[in-house]
Formats: sequence, structure tokens, C-alpha cells
Amino acid sequence: MCTTCGCGDTELVPVELHEKILAGNDRAARHNREHFLEAGVLAINLMGSPGAGKTAVLEATARAGAGKKWRLGAVSADLATDNDAVRLEKAGIPSRAITTGQACHLDAELVHRSLHDIPWQQTDVFFIENVGNLVCPAIYDLGQAANVVVLSVTEGEDKPLKYPTMFLAADLVLVSKCDLIPHLDFDLAKLDDALARVNPKPNVIRLSARTGEGVDQWIGWLEKRRLEKGLVGRIAGLAAHVHAPAGGRDQKR
Amino acid sequence: MHEYSLVEALISRVEAEAKKRQAVRVHTLSVRVGELAGVDPELFQTAYDTFRAGTLCAETTLVVKRIPASWSCPRCRAAIPRGEVLRCAACDVPARLDDGADALTLDGIDMEVP
Repeated sequence: MCTTCGCGDTELVPVELHEKILAGNDRAARHNREHFLEAGVLAINLMGSPGAGKTAVLEATARAGAGKKWRLGAVSADLATDNDAVRLEKAGIPSRAITTGQACHLDAELVHRSLHDIPWQQTDVFFIENVGNLVCPAIYDLGQAANVVVLSVTEGEDKPLKYPTMFLAADLVLVSKCDLIPHLDFDLAKLDDALARVNPKPNVIRLSARTGEGVDQWIGWLEKRRLEKGLVGRIAGLAAHVHAPAGGRDQKR
Repeated sequence: MHEYSLVEALISRVEAEAKKRQAVRVHTLSVRVGELAGVDPELFQTAYDTFRAGTLCAETTLVVKRIPASWSCPRCRAAIPRGEVLRCAACDVPARLDDGADALTLDGIDMEVP
């Protein structure tokens, strides 16, 4: 109120906030992250273009992880269909689909709701297979321990320069479909160079889900992340509070 | 088009702040968009113009300030030019992104209060 003469007029005031617009999502992501760490679960946000081979990478991971007796789990997001979750179930990874409708990315709240519907606490490594998209998923923290971007050799070496935000966010780039390189003009050195110009700590593993090339290295990378986070030797399933099944609107299977 | 969900989050935050302060009008919103925030400033403005109808921000001006991406060495502070490999050649350490270049920030709201 006007304090000069007490006339009752309104007053224009500047309110300084300096607050991230995604602060609400970040709060939900912190909550997810606490859940994963308390339960001894390594959560991986797996991103990439549609058709980059994200699901095939997870199928190969299931085959290789079986030897380590890892318990894997996943949620798999697409605008429509539960095809990828069906594939992952067939590969031995307990999975749920998150159908996002028209939404081009997952957010932390969607992931949280999906966790109500799957025994994620009983896993060692839990994959959040994001919507196939190199733009929107990059900016949403989901509570993951690491971001992994799958880039197939058919997409071209300059993808990091075209989508710098996504490749800056990548803790690891998995170069997929490497068995196709002899049939393409793809130059791995050019990809390494492009990545080094958008990410100060580039990390690349070359992989073929079809031949198994690079899969051991990828499994080793996951194992190292589990060690770094203090997750090896933890008894999974001891989450601080239990998520009762909620039958969320977005989960299937 | 995640810009629409970002605008939704922005307007919800502004409405909560306006309610808390019993504001009768919101005049201006000041937002900073970092070049590597993953947000297109023009699409953000378009999404805002579409989404604000029927909200407390219907008559509110959105001021968007763009923050260019810049990199420097965390040790010797030398600037790493755009487009170069993001590593300080002299110190042999990874470059660091300067503040604000990867953030989408609501800086402030000008509002009319009783």
C-alpha cells in the first residue's frame, strides 16, 4: 500500500527470485535420486534419437549382465505403444512402458509415478529409456546417477555439433551399430573431435549390440559407476520408504 | 516443443508468488535463457504468448535476456574460444562453462500489490 499518504493505492514492487524455472522438476528429481541411492540402485537415463538402438543396447546389456548376476530393470518411454517394454521383458529385464502421449520427454514426476508400478528396489541397475529425441530430454533431471546418450553410426559424425546441449549432458556416448561402419563413410575420429568441442570431458564407447563388440567395456563402465556411488555390496531393496502400487495413469504392462 | 511445459511451470510459479503477495496485477517477468539451456528463446516467447491467455499473466510482458555460452580454463582463467576443443592447452585441464550459459532462470517479477 502507498505509505506516503495512506491513500490506499496499489504499489508496483520488483520481486527478485533468480530461480530456475525447472526448480519443481529438480525437487522431484532429487527425491528420485535419494530413493535410488538409498536402495543401492544405479539409475541410468538412456537418451538418443528414435532408432539409435537404445532398446538393442539394453537387450545386449541383459545378455552380458546375466553373467554378473545383475538384476536389471527398466522403464521405457515412447509417445505411443509399449513395444520397447515388451522387447525388454523378452530379454529378461522387468520393464514398464511410459506412454507420454504428445510429450517429447520424460520429467522427474513421470518417472516417480512409474516407479510405483515396478519392483525397482530389487534391481542393481535401473534404466530409464527416455523418449527418442536429441533435444527436450537433455534439460530434465530425472534423478539418474548418469546420462548415457546412444548415437548410431548411421546418424553422422556431426550430431554433437548440431545438438550441443544433449551431448554436453552426456556422461557417456555409446556409439551404436558399429558393425555397420565398413558399409558407411562414418569416421570415428571426426565424431571424437566433434564431441570434444561440445563436452569438456568426452567419454565414448564403441559398441555393436549385434556382434557384442564393446559390450564388455560398457558393462565395465556401469560397474565403475556402481563402485563410485558406493553401490557395490549394498543390499538392494532397503529403500527408506516404500512406494505402494498406485496404478498411475501413464504406466502399462 | 518442451517450451510449452516450461511456460506452464513459469506461469504456475508466478501465480504462486502473486498469490502469496496478494498481487492485483503482474506487469513484467524477467527471464534469462542460456545458450546451452536447451531452450529456443523465440519458441519460448511464442509458447508464452499462446499459453498466457486466461492466466494471471494475460497482460504481462515477458522480457527474455539471452546469455551466450562461453568457456574458460578453471585454472588459468583463459577464455576457450567458441568451437574449439574444450580443454585448456596450457594447463591440460577440461574447460569450464561460465555461469548461466546452461540455465533457464526466472530473475524477477514486477507486480502490483495492495
